[in-house]
Amino acid sequence: MWHNLAQLTRYRGLIQSLVARELKARYRGSALGVFWSFINPLLLLLIYTVVFSFFVDPRDEVRPYALFLCCGLLPWTWFASSLNESTNSLVAGGNLIKKVLFPAEVLPIVSVLTNMVQFLLALPILAAFLIYYANVGVAGPDGVAGAPTVALHAAELVWLPVVVLVQLVLTTGLALVFAALTVHFRDVRDILAHVLTFWFFATPIIYPWTAVPENMRRWLDLNPFKHLAISYQEILFNPQDAFGHKWWLLALAGASVVIFLAGYWLFDRLRDSLAEVV
Amino acid sequence: MSAFDSAQARPAIELNSVTKIYSRFKRRQFATLKSALMQRTLISDFKPDESFPALTDFSMSVRTGSATALIGRNGSGKSTALKLVAGITKPTSGTVTVRGRISALIELGAGFHPEISGRENVFINGMMLGLTKRDIEKRFDEIVEFAELAQFIDEPVKTYSSGMYMRLGFSVAINVDPDVLLVDEVLAVGDEGFTHKCLDKFADFKRRGKTVLLVTHSLGLVERFCDEAVWIDEGRKKAEGDPTRVVDLYVGDVSKQEEKFLAESEARSQAASARVATDVPVPASTPETAAAPAPAEEGRWGSGLIEITAVSLLDGQGQPAHVFHTGDPMAVRMTVKSRSATDDFVFGVGIFSAEGVCVYGTNTDIEQFESKSIDGVADITVSFDALELTEGTYKVDVAVHAADGAPYDYQRLLHTFRVKSKTKDVGLYRPRHRWGFTGAVSIVPKS
Repeated sequence: MWHNLAQLTRYRGLIQSLVARELKARYRGSALGVFWSFINPLLLLLIYTVVFSFFVDPRDEVRPYALFLCCGLLPWTWFASSLNESTNSLVAGGNLIKKVLFPAEVLPIVSVLTNMVQFLLALPILAAFLIYYANVGVAGPDGVAGAPTVALHAAELVWLPVVVLVQLVLTTGLALVFAALTVHFRDVRDILAHVLTFWFFATPIIYPWTAVPENMRRWLDLNPFKHLAISYQEILFNPQDAFGHKWWLLALAGASVVIFLAGYWLFDRLRDSLAEVV
Repeated sequence: MSAFDSAQARPAIELNSVTKIYSRFKRRQFATLKSALMQRTLISDFKPDESFPALTDFSMSVRTGSATALIGRNGSGKSTALKLVAGITKPTSGTVTVRGRISALIELGAGFHPEISGRENVFINGMMLGLTKRDIEKRFDEIVEFAELAQFIDEPVKTYSSGMYMRLGFSVAINVDPDVLLVDEVLAVGDEGFTHKCLDKFADFKRRGKTVLLVTHSLGLVERFCDEAVWIDEGRKKAEGDPTRVVDLYVGDVSKQEEKFLAESEARSQAASARVATDVPVPASTPETAAAPAPAEEGRWGSGLIEITAVSLLDGQGQPAHVFHTGDPMAVRMTVKSRSATDDFVFGVGIFSAEGVCVYGTNTDIEQFESKSIDGVADITVSFDALELTEGTYKVDVAVHAADGAPYDYQRLLHTFRVKSKTKDVGLYRPRHRWGFTGAVSIVPKS
């Protein structure tokens, strides 16, 4: 296992090219090409802003709600799409595994990284909105413009790469597990879709953590993505200047490494069967 | 270079009593994760219900710098052996050792993405095969030139024809510049010209001391190009060594199998049309129906007054056979039984090609025999000194009928034999011939 893991670094050039290929192929044939990676989050933010400013009364404690939503939604999209795509990656790339000698884990890893790039490309759009609101302020419930409720602090921002890294390790570990299991049990794909829907609502993305009843919080603390979502929201959205969630995040970092190693171990165990069963 | 010398001394590929068992998860085809969890068989489901040995105790070694062919029937384990050497699958037991960098031409263009250009696919495919980006940049022009795709290289691969696709895949794989090249029946792609180019490339490989292991059904290629051949049958090694000898053994075995198959199918068709063999007398055909042209489809008809009870095709030793070689002697023997004494009978034999073209037909009347009498059982044999026929499948008609053509027993196209030939000449009839060359021409038999 350790040997294979080390061997994987030899394939980083291939992984790089495959990620670039996926991004290119995704928008091939469209007039705007890779710009869609920027336009998609931009439109998403605009739509939410319109909806939650004019159609729906937003929650008081999180203003502007659209921005709050996107702070959790964009990482979640990375997470969920990665798992969905990597589950499929081995089955879809079956021909490669059967006919070409190359480490199969490259395929789910490419799925995760491709979605990570999409996420990173969306960050500048999110940042632009954040900076706008930080300077202009938001209208309060009474319609009067109040002090800015959104603030970016350098002390918090240095944690952002850490959060992204933790999410990357966690997502990759889970992606390896689901990818290898799907080869043996195609049902994993369908089950996963529903698990992810439930998982989404069990994570404070569309609602703030403070809206969760006290007696439920203990249970939701077990949800690893809860800590990622809270971290993103604290760093990007909440106006405090100290990153209060760091101990949880570091604990999650440790857990993610364990999940990754366990996932890689399982993948490695099933490796030889992949070319035969897929 | 001493490293080279020592590599020369050791075989490039070694398989040491390798067994590969494929597991069939029959039960699990319908089982789901849910049912596996509910029945708590998740773990046991990972154990196969049924296993199928693709290779059994298989050993071989390929000398560095040689070209070796794996031959055998479909499903004999050739491709499994190649995949084991490539490292795509692992042996169930035994060891596989390969010295040097491998490139496997198992499926050309596996992993090409249809939406992106040929250029980008060359890079990604090359990296999958173990090249670095810089390696590919260096060889890029050569790859494109070899594939003859210079004007299309920036088009998306989905616009390529299947030949272009294969050529590009081949070109990338061969330009990986491996020490050991594995080829699985991929020369069938591309046109004649490209096949020649590929063969030249292989020859070039060999000259440079590289090793080639190929799986092929093209036996001519094996004899021309390979230094050694290994014949695999049902996962076991049947023979190895000199290609000509191994190919001959293999071809002999294939003929034997065909012989068996033909004998079985003949037995079936005879059983199916054994109508005349019943003791119930069939009404004698009227002159009108007898005069009607015989139907072209296979079958058996006639009054049964004289019955052909057995037909056999015999080889030069008088043994029943179904597979012959061009120029071999052959005899058709029919055993007949007459219900009552008569002098009104004619025996006939016809040979037809698989398409139904009459190659030759004759009978005792045409050949001026005078039928005196028959009563009881008799054997009639037509002997051909040499079957001057080209390779193919032929059918035999046998008949006994009255002098006016009214059939007693007519067996049409019920008996089949096959002619094999090393020469791939065309047509049906192969007259004995010789070539002569005089004057300012130099032409000699290929070695």
